[in-house]
Amino acid sequence: MLKPTTLIFALMFSLSSVITSASEVNIYSARKEMLIKPLLDQFTQATDIKVNLVTGKADALLARLLNEGKLTPADVFLTTDAGRLYRAKQAGMLQSIDSSYLKQHIPAYLRDIDSQWFGLSTRARPIMYSTERVKPESLSTYEALAQPEFKGKVCIRSSSNIYNQSLVASMLAADEPAKTSQFLQDFVKNFAQPPKGGDRDQIKAIANGICDVAIANTYYLAGMINGNNKDQQEAAAKVSVFWPNQAGRGTHVNISGAGIIKSSKNREAAVKLLEFLASAEAQSWYAQTNNEYPVRQGVAYSPLLESWGTFKADQINLSRLGELNAQAVKLMDKAGWR
Amino acid sequence: MFSKSWRQVKSLPLWCWPLILLVFSFLTPVFTVLASLVTANEKDTWSHLVDTVLLEYVTNTFYLVMGVAVGVTSIGITSAWLVARCDFFGRRFFAWALVLPLAMPAYIIAYTYTGLLDFSGPLQSFLRDTFDWSYGDYYFPEIKSLGGAICMMSLVLYPYVYLLARTAFANQSASLFEAGQLAGLNARQRFFSISLPLARPTIVVGLSLALMETLADYGTVQYFGVNVFSTGIFRTWFGLGDGLAASQLSSLLLVVVLFLLGLEQFSRRKAKYVQQGGRVLRAVKLSFVEQILALLFCSVVIMLGFLLPFIQLAYWTIVEAEQVFDATFWQLTLNSLKLASITALLAVMLSLAFAYMQRFTRPNRFTASLVFLAGLGYALPGTIIAVGVMLPFSKLDHFIHEQAAHFGIETGLIFSGSLVMLVFAYLIRFLAVSLGNINTAMDNITPHIDEAAKTLGEKTSGIIWRVHLPLLKTSLLSSGLLVFVDTLKELPATMALRPFNFNTLAVRSFELANDEQLANAAPAVITIVLVGLIPVIWLNASMHSNSKTQ
Repeated sequence: MLKPTTLIFALMFSLSSVITSASEVNIYSARKEMLIKPLLDQFTQATDIKVNLVTGKADALLARLLNEGKLTPADVFLTTDAGRLYRAKQAGMLQSIDSSYLKQHIPAYLRDIDSQWFGLSTRARPIMYSTERVKPESLSTYEALAQPEFKGKVCIRSSSNIYNQSLVASMLAADEPAKTSQFLQDFVKNFAQPPKGGDRDQIKAIANGICDVAIANTYYLAGMINGNNKDQQEAAAKVSVFWPNQAGRGTHVNISGAGIIKSSKNREAAVKLLEFLASAEAQSWYAQTNNEYPVRQGVAYSPLLESWGTFKADQINLSRLGELNAQAVKLMDKAGWR
Repeated sequence: MFSKSWRQVKSLPLWCWPLILLVFSFLTPVFTVLASLVTANEKDTWSHLVDTVLLEYVTNTFYLVMGVAVGVTSIGITSAWLVARCDFFGRRFFAWALVLPLAMPAYIIAYTYTGLLDFSGPLQSFLRDTFDWSYGDYYFPEIKSLGGAICMMSLVLYPYVYLLARTAFANQSASLFEAGQLAGLNARQRFFSISLPLARPTIVVGLSLALMETLADYGTVQYFGVNVFSTGIFRTWFGLGDGLAASQLSSLLLVVVLFLLGLEQFSRRKAKYVQQGGRVLRAVKLSFVEQILALLFCSVVIMLGFLLPFIQLAYWTIVEAEQVFDATFWQLTLNSLKLASITALLAVMLSLAFAYMQRFTRPNRFTASLVFLAGLGYALPGTIIAVGVMLPFSKLDHFIHEQAAHFGIETGLIFSGSLVMLVFAYLIRFLAVSLGNINTAMDNITPHIDEAAKTLGEKTSGIIWRVHLPLLKTSLLSSGLLVFVDTLKELPATMALRPFNFNTLAVRSFELANDEQLANAAPAVITIVLVGLIPVIWLNASMHSNSKTQ
């Protein structure tokens, strides 16, 4: 019989794992594995550079980076919103990357002023509406959704969600706080139900007649249309996309992006990875397979993205969203947006 | 007072010290969190929280905990009583099947029930189609609510109470009941005045585990839009960007837990619940109608807590999921299995060691309170534990690195980002589970047995091996099972601490579910449940053979 002690030693031994490889790059990623791994595999195939990946919650990974300090094995920090990249920069974890390739292909508003981080894909957060009950002419801006005519007709998820925090931060960047605060007070009164569930749930709620309009990321609508669930497909068919604020600052977008860690030991490989992610090939993967909007100009959209049309994006520098995030959360707390 | 406790500390035997050191190392994250209480917060986060959301966090948490307490005790005690004390058709099957819901992660059952009961789900759609109703025409309880969260958590957390209460009921001695019968108590009175009070310490252990897990839950409440302490902690940390205030909120949570646990200990004070061995009561044969009722109750519990969500997951896996079992899937399963078995093994061994430390140093209050503190980590959200674990380990790594640098060696990070650190975090989180379980079992072994064995010439080691361990076997196995399943499901600490290129089933299922791809998450969840089943069945088989030989 196997003795317990032998078993324990065998198990303990299997716990220690050491990574050694000549050419490699280590990533801490807040982007989920399935949304980044295919691209990383392509990168390894093209360059023969091994990619090591840990995924997790952005703030937990940031805490890990801070604790590990200059000894951290991480070379790249990848997130799904600009706010966390801003925090990493504030904490002094990132370094400036002088890459003419990245500067050339990524628009200025989608990257850091000091080139410490770069946007790699954008996610748009427009208004979605019921094609049965809402005329698109009656829609105009995010702000207009606070008007009394939308009373009891708006669905949106919890304000704990980073997408909503960023959206409100973008309003704070565009207007005085008092105006945003007033908007929030009125907006909350128009909710059809207490915020709960994810973006897909809001889209389903429109289809089911619980509300007429919702604010959600196009990425999720695409997921419902392309998925295998018949109910979700039917629900998505009853909903269409409206691009708000086209006459003004544009529709709110956030990014997935990355920066290189200050103490990186594989800087060269890390820069190569970032440049690869900004390449036409990788950008086309975002647009075609992942239904996100590419940051690079001249990349063809998938037919689905095509069908929603082009739009003007809010070109505020995304660092501002990070700066204003806490203030946005406080205002949402005050307005009672759960 | 102080000199007395110091004398107690000084009088501890030498072999206790490594254990005490170990307890202290387990306590570092808890202390790190508690230390935030005395750190001044210069931001205005607190005044903001007090002005706006804090009251909501507190009241919602209160209702949630109360609701789950009622839910898990009523389901747990009833089912435990039926299985342990009543003879009815299907009893043997239910004895182990009632443990099954434990393998369901709470947030997953929340997702599946939302799929079933939501406005757009099959049930409501059917009602609307049948009666030609539309939105607002009828009342249907909202699943994504505080009440819904209470139901979800009660359904998957009652096995803690069930498992412990079942053992307690099964081992109650016959003589007390006969005394009760002689005193003219009817069956109902005997239950409330003999069985229940005797089982109370054990039930309280199970209940406190269930409630601590409720407090630490984040996935369910967040999805249902219920703002409680745990969601508040993360909103403060992630949203307001104030890690210190988040730590302070966590400490408040800990202080409340500490207070409640202390209260329970105090209310028992000196009362010791040692039972003299002797004959165990025979199960009561139920009448036909009673059998039907018992059968119905157990079936409904398992149906709601396990079968229904399992069927939904199986449907998703078979019909809707895109790529189900790719090459990495085996690796994930293996990783989960490895971590869960190591953690379960270590947790049981450590708990046993701690339990002995208490037994052999009694009446030393110092060791008792240390062991009590070691179980606190269970009430904290996993991410908070994870961050608390990072700090001491990275400090240690940096220290070693600097020392080695004098000799021209670069060590880099040794513990940080290794599985050793992850298992350490698991132990901090889940030690409470095995500790409570094994401690109560140890308390139930009367000291007279030790004395009797000694007079028969047994040495201490002989008493441990030949007397105690056989008596503790059930508790050791069941606490190992609990830690195993808990580790399988564990998500936040795994996410935050794991090494490169290392994933588990829980991580995979969460990443997909969180991306709102429920169907694609289903295969991983099903596998968690199936892997969790292995020890449940094995445990049941071994307990059964155990009861035969006794």
